[in-house]
Amino acid sequence: MILARVIGNVIATQKEKGLVGSKIMLVQPVGLEGEQQGSSFLALDALDAGVGDLVVVVQEGWSASTAATSVEGRAIDAAIVAVVDTIDLD
Amino acid sequence: MRLAKVIGTLVATIKDPELQGAKLLVIQPLDGQHRPSGKPMVSIDAVGAGVGELVFWCRGKESSFPFSPREVPTDCTITGIVDRVNVEYDIGSRNR
Repeated sequence: MILARVIGNVIATQKEKGLVGSKIMLVQPVGLEGEQQGSSFLALDALDAGVGDLVVVVQEGWSASTAATSVEGRAIDAAIVAVVDTIDLD
Repeated sequence: MRLAKVIGTLVATIKDPELQGAKLLVIQPLDGQHRPSGKPMVSIDAVGAGVGELVFWCRGKESSFPFSPREVPTDCTITGIVDRVNVEYDIGSRNR
């Protein structure tokens, strides 16, 4: 999984049936210091993560699909699976 | 999923039998600021997208699931047509 910052969301009324009813958030991968790392992408959200939240995103389809929609076999390749409270590094 | 712009259509009469009837669209992946990023790709349309539209697409094995139980050989399927992208957090100004 990777760390990412939720920076917005995407509205799409016309979408694959497996995505209906799920929020599609725009996330920006970040490093441990919060610095940008790579390009933003879309991830399904089932945790009601808010814009500005630091989150954990899974980018493997099967887990993303089951995590975001509790149904496997949906056309999803990224999902928010946790909202980060703290990170402690030694 | 990633954003992309549909830039063209592709016709192939000789193709894998499972691709029969699939609409093939040429897409240009976009980065966060909607600028072209990476090479154009050939995708299968699952939602009725047209040339010029802003869409998002799914990669990997999951991209064949909209067509299940058929085993369509695709690793790039358009799964949504974007109405609006709301960017509400400027990551540049805040580092933590």
